[in-house]
Amino acid sequence: MTTKKFMMVNRKAPYGTIYAWEALEVVLIAAAFEQDVSLAFLDDGVYQLKKGHNTKAIETKAFEKTWGALEDYDITKLYVAQESLAERGLTADDLAVPVEVLSRAEIGKLMEEQDVILSF
Amino acid sequence: MKFSILVNEGPYTHEASDTAYQFAKAVLAKGHEIFRIFFYHDGVNNATRLTTPPQDDRNIVSRWSKLAQENNLDLVVCVAAAQRRGIVDEGEMKRNGKDATNLAPGFRISGLGQLIEAGIQSDRLVVFGD
Amino acid sequence: MLHIVNKSPYDRPALNSVLATAEGGTILLIEDGVFAAVKGGAEEAKVKAAMAKFKFYALQSDLEARGMADRVIDGVTVTDYAGFVDLVAEHKTCQSWL
Repeated sequence: MTTKKFMMVNRKAPYGTIYAWEALEVVLIAAAFEQDVSLAFLDDGVYQLKKGHNTKAIETKAFEKTWGALEDYDITKLYVAQESLAERGLTADDLAVPVEVLSRAEIGKLMEEQDVILSF
Repeated sequence: MKFSILVNEGPYTHEASDTAYQFAKAVLAKGHEIFRIFFYHDGVNNATRLTTPPQDDRNIVSRWSKLAQENNLDLVVCVAAAQRRGIVDEGEMKRNGKDATNLAPGFRISGLGQLIEAGIQSDRLVVFGD
Repeated sequence: MLHIVNKSPYDRPALNSVLATAEGGTILLIEDGVFAAVKGGAEEAKVKAAMAKFKFYALQSDLEARGMADRVIDGVTVTDYAGFVDLVAEHKTCQSWL
């Protein structure tokens, strides 16, 4: 099968809307199709990665465990915008999984290398 | 050139479905091919034939059905998103013990793999949403 | 790359996000994104400055629907859906900044 470079761009916070959750379902399917998958987190998307989500009281499935499972699908390219973290008072230590923190400009260059960019 | 389209929003609330429709028509008018139009998130609500807008408003659902019929388009509704939002065909009705179907003509329900396949097979994939 | 922006710059940061991320390329303003193409507003200077690195287009039908077709910033190209299709075809990838 043809392998293409897919990037999923996450710019929305979790829970307030379903986009982040359903985007993650696409990520897993893309990996199952053995595509070259990467995830970029910009703007409010970085909130998806914050550790310590407790969604019990809002009766919604939490994200945290799924990030850990990404490695089982060979998805290791998680890029997070440094500026977006800083603007929100976060650092890489606040995140639930290991990520590569890059400048927006560096992420912009990676976007240029993609075949397909999916945003939700 | 081979195009695919992803629609992430339902009809009427957002302009996304209208924009996607006008874009699809323009793609065909230019002589390009549409490999697939995939409906995800609330976009699955584009596929309910129970939609009944006022007579002086456009019928977004039947507009898709007509476009699909006239151009032999593949309109695919994501099964997981459809189940969450109550978009049901014959197979889903039986599988999930529901008492009705509402999938509009020209649409079919299938998995998210169809979106990834569209990304692989098409020269361009254009996303419409909120 | 073709960047598609459908948010008003007065409401959401989608356009800012493109400008802060991409080195250059083409920006197509559609839906509420067309408000960025309108002159006389507080966002005009930013769009004009960005023209050094980006080529701007705005979708005619969305400008017309909002009563803004007669006040488009000089240098923004107004295009119809056929032009939209051409822009997608001319660029290797497109990204919708939803």
